[in-house]
Amino acid sequence: MSTPLLALSGLTKAYPGVVANKDVSFEIAPGEIHALLGENGAGKSTLVKTIYGLVKPDSGTMTLNGAPFTPAEPRAARAAGVAMVFQHFSLFDALNVAENIALGMENPPPQREIAERVRAVSDQYGLPLDPARIVGELSAGERQRVEIIRCLLQDPKLLIMDEPTSVLTPQEVEILFKTLRKLSAEGTAILYISHKLEEIRALCENATVLRLGQVVGTCDPRTTTARDMAELMVGSALLVPERAPHTDGETILSLNNVSAKAPTRFGTALRDIQLTVHMGEVLGIGGVAGNGQDELVAVLAGETRVARDMITFDGQNIGHFGPNARRKIGLLTAPEERMGHAAAPDMSLTENAVLTATTRQQLTSKGFVNWRKARKFAEEVIAQFDVRTPGPQNAARSLSGGNLQKFVIGREIMQSPDVLVVNQPTWGVDASAAAAIRQALLDLAAKGTAIICISQDLDELMEISDRFAALNEGRLSAPRPAQGLTVEEIGLMLGGAHDMEVAHVEA
Amino acid sequence: MITLEKRSQPSRVWAFAAPVMAVVLTMLCGGLLFAALGKSPVETIRTIFFDPLFSEFAWFYRPQLLIKGAPLVLIAIGLSFGFRAGIWNIGAEGQYIVGAICGAAVGLAFYPTESIFIFPLMIVAGILGGTLWALIPGILKVKFDTNEILVSLMLVYVAEQLLASMALGALRNPDGMGFPGSRNLAKYDSASSWISENAGMHWGVVLAFVAVIFAYVTLSRHLFGFQVRLAGQSPRAARFGGVNPQALVLICMAISGGLAGAAGLFEVAGPAGQISIDFNVGYGFTAIIVAFLGRLHPIGILLAAGLMALTYIGGEIAQSNLGLPGAAIQLMQGMLLFFLLMVDVLSNYRLRLGKKAIV
Repeated sequence: MSTPLLALSGLTKAYPGVVANKDVSFEIAPGEIHALLGENGAGKSTLVKTIYGLVKPDSGTMTLNGAPFTPAEPRAARAAGVAMVFQHFSLFDALNVAENIALGMENPPPQREIAERVRAVSDQYGLPLDPARIVGELSAGERQRVEIIRCLLQDPKLLIMDEPTSVLTPQEVEILFKTLRKLSAEGTAILYISHKLEEIRALCENATVLRLGQVVGTCDPRTTTARDMAELMVGSALLVPERAPHTDGETILSLNNVSAKAPTRFGTALRDIQLTVHMGEVLGIGGVAGNGQDELVAVLAGETRVARDMITFDGQNIGHFGPNARRKIGLLTAPEERMGHAAAPDMSLTENAVLTATTRQQLTSKGFVNWRKARKFAEEVIAQFDVRTPGPQNAARSLSGGNLQKFVIGREIMQSPDVLVVNQPTWGVDASAAAAIRQALLDLAAKGTAIICISQDLDELMEISDRFAALNEGRLSAPRPAQGLTVEEIGLMLGGAHDMEVAHVEA
Repeated sequence: MITLEKRSQPSRVWAFAAPVMAVVLTMLCGGLLFAALGKSPVETIRTIFFDPLFSEFAWFYRPQLLIKGAPLVLIAIGLSFGFRAGIWNIGAEGQYIVGAICGAAVGLAFYPTESIFIFPLMIVAGILGGTLWALIPGILKVKFDTNEILVSLMLVYVAEQLLASMALGALRNPDGMGFPGSRNLAKYDSASSWISENAGMHWGVVLAFVAVIFAYVTLSRHLFGFQVRLAGQSPRAARFGGVNPQALVLICMAISGGLAGAAGLFEVAGPAGQISIDFNVGYGFTAIIVAFLGRLHPIGILLAAGLMALTYIGGEIAQSNLGLPGAAIQLMQGMLLFFLLMVDVLSNYRLRLGKKAIV
């Protein structure tokens, strides 16, 4: 075999209290599409940050094209031919594409020249993009193109992509893959980070699996089943949530032509949302991030008030109700952002229990908080939902993401809601906690609670939903039975390819 | 190399140790400063921090402590609600002035009638005056999203002009032979806030202690106190928890304005005695320092106000007895806040010496 493009040998990086990477070694050949696979917290991010010069390893060596490679900073890594597309885009909404690209350059040439180069590269790789467009108006898929083109202008030998498909529809993913395959055919190696197994099976030639910072296996994804890879990744057999059969109950909540203005300039306006939810059902709402999910949750939670008759709960018009009035009648919500929205990071878990449970659990009398009762409620949530923490006196920010999420969801479930709205219930949560949360939601539905689950994880929605609807640019599609929906149909409900052109791949 | 590392949760030990350490550091650096000015550091520190309490003239200084401390406590307690909720009322000085004017006006209107109802009416007027003055920035913020810091601060200067106009015009003593300033309320029995002038006790001191207890119970036990803390720490979580941010702005402005107005009334009807051009001496601004020095905690504010009052009185002694310049005292008071903020970092961060440890 010829010299590998990049070889890692014995990389170790420790942070206080946790070893992020331990003795990690693997190689990437020129033009290879290599998958880096692992759960959240397995050490994938630390590893790629090391390659990109953001993190300095404690020990171990890297070689690039046979020469020692120790980038002190991202600039050095870029100069050596390593480029990276981050999961979260670093783009300025108010600037246009060419300006955004110029901002990432050391010595940006004049705007006109950048615009020309953007056009050239985007033609070459079939990534149509108008350099004069304002980034705030682009879809997530198009924003990602900006990031990719920014990398391609550097003519990289290795392109690192961190969870690139989390914001894309299935059709957009297909377009991305065509581009990546073309790059690979031209000799650019790609390090592809993901925990979505089917994508990796469709795209990658080699996979390195990380668990708790260590390499636990390598495989050829094209010939390994998704289940085998998942078990390598998790280290044990996965618990698949059980579905209890259910019958459609009575209508409990309906949204009647809900419209709401966008809260901020780059927010999404809700347009004519029609929806009815029945007792005991799980309604899944899919959609690419930024298509009105947060706004819809705010309307359901009562943070955004709408006209009285736009929302009906059990025959009562509640559009004008505030958050606590809605809790009182049994409509509870768990927002997406745990830190600072669903929970106050610097407050104890007891105090965070008071945050939403005051009304239904009678944690106050005559306005005075009954801290003993609140503490007991917090302890119950902790015990019931297996939240790993020394006790309810600990600050919310001291918990890991998965544990805090279990607490947040548990806090609402323990209040026995009639309707529970959850947004991204398993975002950033490890696989076993995610399975526990999904099972808890299904158990709650089995008791007759209606659940609205908003998520960008289509696998999750297909696993737990009875009916499925999609948010696209603030509009909600008509819900359809989840069983029997194909990936193609879901993709079209999500807005298809958002009119993006398909990459023109030359054979 | 020294690195800071964020603690997973705030340290309880440091929450208590930080103010003590700040005082000790202030004494050390203040001592260096005094030494540089050619004074004996030990003697100066002793004069400022210990003489008002323990010297042979302490009988004279101790009542002064109550008189200086009470308005600071009252105002700082009021401010602490807003500061905790992230609502920055910087104009307590103005609310203090307007409270004094309104309260004094009510008292002067009744002169020379004697009645036990006059003083309670004056208190109500003082509180109302301060509240309304504070609601101006509050309502502007809620309705037009103006910045309450700027508006409340600018209203201080308006209030100062109002004070001058009152001292020279509407409230001027008709028997004062044309000198500016109102009648002396402290000498008008029905309007005096004194309980015992020799002991330094006036009704403002009583109310200050009541306010401390009231604030303590509200912040630690009542849902409103919880919502105030929540709104300050995580505004988005507060909205999710059902807090109405606009109502909170108005309530917090009203509380701080009302207490500042009350402080002004007690001052004008007691220690100051009359409405005069130079009636206000900066309690409203010093109270901001007191509120933070007491880490926005009612008990802490009580202690901090005592400490600030001590440095004021001790500073005056040092000026007259040791010939220390007034600016040096102010510098030392500034140091106190500076060191507190510096040491404060330690309650949320931990210092690590040398390279990062590998576990």
